[in-house]
Amino acid sequence: MSDADFETIRKLQAERNAAAAAKKGSRTLDPSNQRSDNTSTKASLTESFDTDLYSHGDEDMQDADADNSRRLVGQYTATKSQIEEFAHGDGVEEDDPFAGRGEKSTRIVDRETDYQKRRFDRTLTPTRADPFAANRQAGATEDGDSYREIMEQREIEREEERVRQAIQARREAGGTNGEEHQATLQDGNKENAEAGSTEVATTRKRKKRWDVSSTAVDEATPEAADGKAKRSRWDQAPALSAPGATDASKKRSRWDQAPSATPVGNSGLVTPMHPSQAGAATPSFGTDIVGPNAAISDEELDALLPGEAEGYKVLEPPPGYAPTRAPHPPSRCYAIALELRRIPKEIPGVGDLQFFKPEDMAYFGKLTDGSDENALSVEELKERKIMRLLLKVKNGTPPMRKTALRQLTDNARQFGAGPLFNQILPLLMEKTLEDQERHLLVKVIDRILYKLDDMVRPYVHKILVVIEPLLIDQDYYARVEGREIISNLSKAAGLATMISTMRPDIDHVDEYVRNTTARAFAVVASALDSHSDGLRCPPHLKGLVDCIGPNLNDEQTKVRTVTSLAIAALAEASNPYGIESFDDILNPLWTGARKQRGKGLAGFLKAVGYIIPLMDEDYANYYTSQIMEILLREFSSPDEEMKKVVLKVVSQCAGTEGVTAGYLKEHVLDEFFKSFWVRRMALDKRNYRQVVETTVDIGQKVGVSEIIERIVVNLKDESEAYRKMTVETVEKVVAGLGSADIGERLEERLIDGILHSFQEQSVEDIIMLNGFGTVVNSLGTRCKPYLPQIVSTILWRLNNKSATVRQQAADLISRIAMVMKQCGEDALMGKLGVVLYEYLGEEYPEVLGSILGALRSIVTVVGISQMQPPIKDLLPRLTPILRNRHEKVQENTIDLVGRIADRGPESVNAREWMRICFELLDMLKAHKKGIRRAANNTFGFIAKAIGPQDVLATLLNNLRVQERQSRVCTAVAIGIVAETCAPFTVLPALMNEYRVPELNVQNGVLKSLSFLFEYIGEMAKDYVYAVTPLLEDALIDRDQVHRQTAASVVKHIALGVVGLGCEDAMVHLLNLLYPNLFETSPHVIDRIVEAIEAIRMAVGPGLVMNYVWAGLFHPARKVRQPYWRLYNDAYVQAADAMIPYYPNLSEEGIDRHELAIVL
Amino acid sequence: MADKLRTQQELERLQAKYVGTGHPDTTSWEWRTNIVRDTYSSIVGHPSQLAYMSLALNEPSAKLRAQLLRKMVQPCGPPPPREDQEMYMAPPTPRAQE
Repeated sequence: MSDADFETIRKLQAERNAAAAAKKGSRTLDPSNQRSDNTSTKASLTESFDTDLYSHGDEDMQDADADNSRRLVGQYTATKSQIEEFAHGDGVEEDDPFAGRGEKSTRIVDRETDYQKRRFDRTLTPTRADPFAANRQAGATEDGDSYREIMEQREIEREEERVRQAIQARREAGGTNGEEHQATLQDGNKENAEAGSTEVATTRKRKKRWDVSSTAVDEATPEAADGKAKRSRWDQAPALSAPGATDASKKRSRWDQAPSATPVGNSGLVTPMHPSQAGAATPSFGTDIVGPNAAISDEELDALLPGEAEGYKVLEPPPGYAPTRAPHPPSRCYAIALELRRIPKEIPGVGDLQFFKPEDMAYFGKLTDGSDENALSVEELKERKIMRLLLKVKNGTPPMRKTALRQLTDNARQFGAGPLFNQILPLLMEKTLEDQERHLLVKVIDRILYKLDDMVRPYVHKILVVIEPLLIDQDYYARVEGREIISNLSKAAGLATMISTMRPDIDHVDEYVRNTTARAFAVVASALDSHSDGLRCPPHLKGLVDCIGPNLNDEQTKVRTVTSLAIAALAEASNPYGIESFDDILNPLWTGARKQRGKGLAGFLKAVGYIIPLMDEDYANYYTSQIMEILLREFSSPDEEMKKVVLKVVSQCAGTEGVTAGYLKEHVLDEFFKSFWVRRMALDKRNYRQVVETTVDIGQKVGVSEIIERIVVNLKDESEAYRKMTVETVEKVVAGLGSADIGERLEERLIDGILHSFQEQSVEDIIMLNGFGTVVNSLGTRCKPYLPQIVSTILWRLNNKSATVRQQAADLISRIAMVMKQCGEDALMGKLGVVLYEYLGEEYPEVLGSILGALRSIVTVVGISQMQPPIKDLLPRLTPILRNRHEKVQENTIDLVGRIADRGPESVNAREWMRICFELLDMLKAHKKGIRRAANNTFGFIAKAIGPQDVLATLLNNLRVQERQSRVCTAVAIGIVAETCAPFTVLPALMNEYRVPELNVQNGVLKSLSFLFEYIGEMAKDYVYAVTPLLEDALIDRDQVHRQTAASVVKHIALGVVGLGCEDAMVHLLNLLYPNLFETSPHVIDRIVEAIEAIRMAVGPGLVMNYVWAGLFHPARKVRQPYWRLYNDAYVQAADAMIPYYPNLSEEGIDRHELAIVL
Repeated sequence: MADKLRTQQELERLQAKYVGTGHPDTTSWEWRTNIVRDTYSSIVGHPSQLAYMSLALNEPSAKLRAQLLRKMVQPCGPPPPREDQEMYMAPPTPRAQE
């Protein structure tokens, strides 16, 4: 850089500074030529104007101001609030009658899709046998289905499904004789579908699923096989007679499937009923329809529906109609509705709840029946206890919840798994469940899982039925929660149980079940990883993989996709072990990948990507080359998701041992750069990151120059985002691999490109800065030829109008200062220093902070003596900056000042240092710890440079201020000064200060003493007798904080003088300390006990324990408590040393005559 | 409340780690037992002290060691019956019924 250039910049700078000064001058009014305020009678316009009326929050108001045409009549218009109402749409949403529904609803069902609602189709299966129970040999209870039975059951279900479909197919083929109701049915179905589905486009698909799921009903509600081919809706839900639903229909619509889901009792089979339900529901029915869970009675229907008076009439049921006896939750809902008026205000033994929903009555109604607790059996009492606790957790206030949850957790094993889950799980299946309630209940399960451990095994399936739907919830946190529970469950129940429980569901007839189970499997697999560090994984891994492997060829795309994702998760979890478990699926996976397209392929590729890193070199190489063909094809895929997966797989392949640099260069690089290094990629944030990551991963293998050679051109591209992407990649590659590989020509192009993109950036970005810094630092002395150019750029940018440009330029100086020193460019640095010095008047604090940081880095590398401008000029400029309140400025200034005080204090006179001391005091109350610490250290340096007297006087005065923070820091600073300048220079003044009759000051002195003795350690032995009288006074002060602080002084002294012969003073202090033992405030008692312990260290346990024996068996517990605390602490620290000092208990029958032996 | 709970938990942890620590409800018998056991284990644990003692007593140190270890079994006699157990085990006396 030429001198002329430099001069130009200096000149411009001077102009800029002058302009800034002029601007400042114009803004501040000269008071001399103004009327003095107190004589003015006018109200100040700028200060007291009505801010409410003239608020400038609205842009419209500015327009109004600009309008200076004089109007005599006021303009009437809508009020501001009215205008804003429509601008912001507040009022519109406030009154939205549907606000509580749909996406926003707290009820979970309201925002579920039809597919998610299928969770209600699942049943809580009965308890299973636990084949892994420890006491199985001892003839433990073997109730519950075994694995074999369940597998057989599933087989039968599949057969049933097949037959059912065959029958239906035949009927559809033969029975097209144009029955009227067939058309109606289709309409009805369609209507239903449209009403219930969120995406119309998928209606067709979903319809198909309904067919499948309706079998779930079949299995759960065995119906009277009366040979009726077509069941009408009447059969299903006589209670909910929706108009228009009277037509007999072949296919049943969704809402009438639900019955099987909710666990309702006495259907005589699988579903365990919530124990309270029967009791709660019974009393509301007394009708001709038999059974406790029967539908609404005729009377009730008459009351609900319009009667003959309104023109309606009750139709006779068609001939041959026989109502089914299947239980229905809708009827229960009505029961609840009828019961609503009977809802009690308070549940006995629970207290005030936050809310109590009518639905809760079904579960918790039992608590209100007022039966005599004494007459109940233990089991019933337990059940009620759990019920009460659950109610508290679910509906209670936060403190209630907390205690109830704790009780449930603590007593989980006593309650037993059965009673707990039989109550919790049905609650989770409740349709009106809200997010909050579900969260709490799930939390209960989570907690008790830990406690129950293997007791949970028989209930694993039930829990899974309830928890699996969480995995496909829309809410991210629900999914996380679900994953957590399942992983805890697999830890509690053990892997074998998990597999044997989930295996039958993997080929369940219902796609929904298969889907959720596969997801749960993936969770189990990853839980297993954290559980066993991958090492113990392989034995089970094989089972898991075999179990889901066949699904890779399932005819359902979704199943294939989910299976491949599960395999990916398994492979990821077992990394780097377990490739042998995947042997069997390698072939289907690789051949399958060739057949897939779209989303399915993405899943397959993902699995491939996770399996390849497990392989050894040869295999990895082979399999990579096999899959690369597809990857290369998909490079050009327009699908974003596919791009992501492909990039991921490429970086995984590049990372494995077996894939060589040669292979990558030959086959992959060209294609990769052609398809991914295009401007379009830089525009999308996610793609951008993926491409950068993958390129860096490939770079690890093929080397820096290979990558940079290809992308260096892009540094001069016209798209800024693209340049940024290039710089980021360059930065990462160079930071990871260094620049030794970069040739001379490439180096030139690289620096040129980086400089170009640095100059051309329109928005200053940290990425550019990092990139520049990393490249320069990595090249080191090779940068020398380019430095003048770089510095010239920096200087021009330092003079830029935009603040961020200046800031970035200053930041760049701090990054490259070290390299400039290495290159021996001291002259250039001097120039930079001078320019920076001129900019200390910078008005933007962020920029000023960066400039100070740049100065600091220059001072650090060139040293105090060589610094240009000289320190004696620099430091006086810094003193006023210390007053700046901005954190970044403070931190950088204090750092710079501290460095100067440390290395070259002689370059500034003492008076200047004192001035700095005063400014530093304010820093002691900074929020940032780094600033406070730097300030304290600087006090130490300054005190060392100019002697402690003046500094100390300043600090002692500061003890009188009000802020606690400031006083504490002052105390620390005094401690540091004492440490750097020897205690005798500080102690006299400090102790003298204690005579000030002011609590804050005295406390501050004690605190300083505490830090002082902590810092000086063993030196304390010379000062113990000097400070003892002061401590005597402090330890008998009325104020407990005073005694507390004195105790901490005693502690630090005592720990400093261990073994140095100050026992007499220590025992004296112990005598004064000991009466404080009965303080109750936690901080005070902690300090007191610590001090006593410290004295025990100094004088040995024998003496101190003599004080302790007296109170160990005192009649008052309040006395025994602290004495045992002292005893325990002594015992833990010095049990062996206490042995000779135990009291003589020969009268109590203890004869330790061994201790009395003298030779 | 939470603080109390924490101290309680800390004490439990301490007790689990160091058998000899106590709490306000430690009985005199428990404490004395611990003292004696600590004493003997300390002597046995310091070989020089054991050697000193065996010299004074004119016993082989191995034998002395075994003796000391044996003495650690119920050094203060069997535990005193606890009050509630007494109530349960002893037949009700007129005194107990009062």
